[in-house]
Amino acid sequence: MSILLLHARYQFLETIRVPIAILGTLLFPPLFMLLFVVSNPAVGNHPTAATFAAGQMAFFAIVSAYMFNLGAGVAEDRARPWQSYVRTLPAGPVNELGGRLLNAVALALLSLIPVTLVAALLTEAHASVGQLAGALVALVLGGLPLLLLGLAVGYALPLKAAVPVVQLLLFPMAFAGGLFLPPRMFPAWLDALSQALPTRAGRDLVVGTLTGAPTAATSVLVVLGWTLVCAGAAVFAYRRDEGRRFR
Amino acid sequence: MTTHHARALSATRDFDGVRALDAVDLDVGAGQLVGLLGPNGAGKTTLLNLLTGLRRPTSGRVELFGGDPREAGNRRRLGVTPQQTGVPETLRVGEIVDFVGRHYANPAPVGDVLERFGLEGLERRQSGGLSGGQQRRLAVALTFVGRPDLVVLDEPTAGLDVEARHVLWEALREYHREGGTMLLTSHYMEEVEALAQRVVVIGGGRVLADGDPDDIRARVGTHTVGFRAETPPPDLPGITRREHDGNRVRLLTGDSDRLVRDLVASGTEFHDLEVTTASLEEAFMSLTSGDEPTRRES
Repeated sequence: MSILLLHARYQFLETIRVPIAILGTLLFPPLFMLLFVVSNPAVGNHPTAATFAAGQMAFFAIVSAYMFNLGAGVAEDRARPWQSYVRTLPAGPVNELGGRLLNAVALALLSLIPVTLVAALLTEAHASVGQLAGALVALVLGGLPLLLLGLAVGYALPLKAAVPVVQLLLFPMAFAGGLFLPPRMFPAWLDALSQALPTRAGRDLVVGTLTGAPTAATSVLVVLGWTLVCAGAAVFAYRRDEGRRFR
Repeated sequence: MTTHHARALSATRDFDGVRALDAVDLDVGAGQLVGLLGPNGAGKTTLLNLLTGLRRPTSGRVELFGGDPREAGNRRRLGVTPQQTGVPETLRVGEIVDFVGRHYANPAPVGDVLERFGLEGLERRQSGGLSGGQQRRLAVALTFVGRPDLVVLDEPTAGLDVEARHVLWEALREYHREGGTMLLTSHYMEEVEALAQRVVVIGGGRVLADGDPDDIRARVGTHTVGFRAETPPPDLPGITRREHDGNRVRLLTGDSDRLVRDLVASGTEFHDLEVTTASLEEAFMSLTSGDEPTRRES
C-alpha cells in the first residue's frame, strides 16, 4: 500500500509541476460559472437555479479532471521509456495503476475548489453541510463511468489521438447530459436521449443530493450500467496494451 | 556450487512470428562481470527484457535469483538502468532518487548516490534541466540506489565524453570490487574490454561466443588492415574476413601487427596501407557472417 501511495504522490507532483496542463481542469468550470451563471441574474440570483447550475458545473469539473488526467496521462505514460524502467523495480504494476487513479481523484477534488468558491461567493447557491457531503460522494462515484472511460482511452490510443478523443467524447456528453444547460431547456427528443447518458444520470444524482430534488431510481442503474460497460472497455484496453508491451 | 544471479535456459522469444531470441543459454554467476556484445537487432535488448521481467519467453525459461523475474519479489536485489531520455523531466534529481530508493528494503542515502556519480549539488534541480551527461549519470546512478546484488546496464556510457566515461567505469569497478554482479551491453568494444571479465557475443538471436575478452578478441576482427594491391594477398593466418573492391583490399583481423608483418614477409606488392580499429559492427560481421570456424561448439 505504501508503494501505491508513493506512486500516487510522485504522479501528483509531476502533474502539478506543469501548471498549464491542469489549468484547464481548474479554470474552465469557474469560468463557465462566471459566464453563464454569475453574469445571468435570472440564474445567479435565483437560489434553486444557482444551486442546480453549481452542481452541474461541479460535476463537469469532476468528469473533465477524470477524463483528461487519465486519458492523456495514461497515454503519455505509455509513450515514455520511464514506465518500462519502473516495471523493473520490485513492485507490481498494480501500484502504478493505483497511483494513477488516486492522482486522478485528487485532481478531481482539487478542481471542485474554484467552482465551489465562485458558486458560494458570487451566486445565491446554497446547500447544507449534509447536502454538500452527500453531493461530494455523488460527484466522486457518479463520475466513475467517465473515470473508467478515460482509462480505456488512455490505454487504447496514442497521446496524439487520446486528447482529441477525450474532447470529442467529453464535451458532447457534458452538453447532452445537462451539465452546461439544465435539461428542462432541452427539446423532448434530447431529454429522452439524455436519460441514457452517464453524464445525465450522474448530474441527476449530484443535483438531487445537493438540492433535495427527487431523483429517479433509474439514475443509479444508469450509472451502474455505464460503470460496468466502461470497466469492461478499460480492462480490455489495459490487457491489450499489457499484451503488446509486457508479455 | 556457483549461485546464478540470472539465468536463461534455452530461452526463445518470438515477436509476431519473428524469432528475436533463439534458444539462448546464459548464466550470470555471483560476482561476475559479463559484457554482452552484438550488433543492433542481435537480440541483446530482448534478452535483457526477459531477465528483468519486462517480457516473458515464448519457450524456455529465465530465472532471476532462482525465481521468475516477472514476480516483483524476485527483483528486490536487481538494479536496472533507465533510458536517459525517459527520466521524468519535472521531478527533481533528489526526488527521483528517493522514488526509486523507496522500492527497496535498504536503499543507499540520496546524498551518497549523487556523490558517487558526480551529481552532488544537483539534488534540487529538475532532471529536465540537467545536461545530457548529467542525465546519463543520473540514469546509471538509479541502478545502484537499491544496493542491488545484480545490475543490468544497457549502454551505460552512450553519449558520454571520454573523461565522464572513465569516471563511470571507476564507479562500476568499485561496485564489482565490493562483490557486485554486473551484466552490461555496450557498443564500445573498448568499454567491454575495460570492464568485463567475460564476454558473450550475440548475433541473430543466438549466443555466438562466450569467453574471456582475450579469447573473444582473438576470434573477432578488431582491426581492419586496408591497402591497394594489384594481386590479391595470399590467405594469411588471423584474417577473420576479407573484402575486395577493385584493387582495394580490406582485411579484418584480431592481430593487425602480426598480419602486417606476415603481409610484408609474403612479398605482396601493396601501397596506401592503413590500419584502423574496426567498428563493432565490422568486428561482429566476422562472427555473424556464418564462418563456421569462428563459432564455438555449444
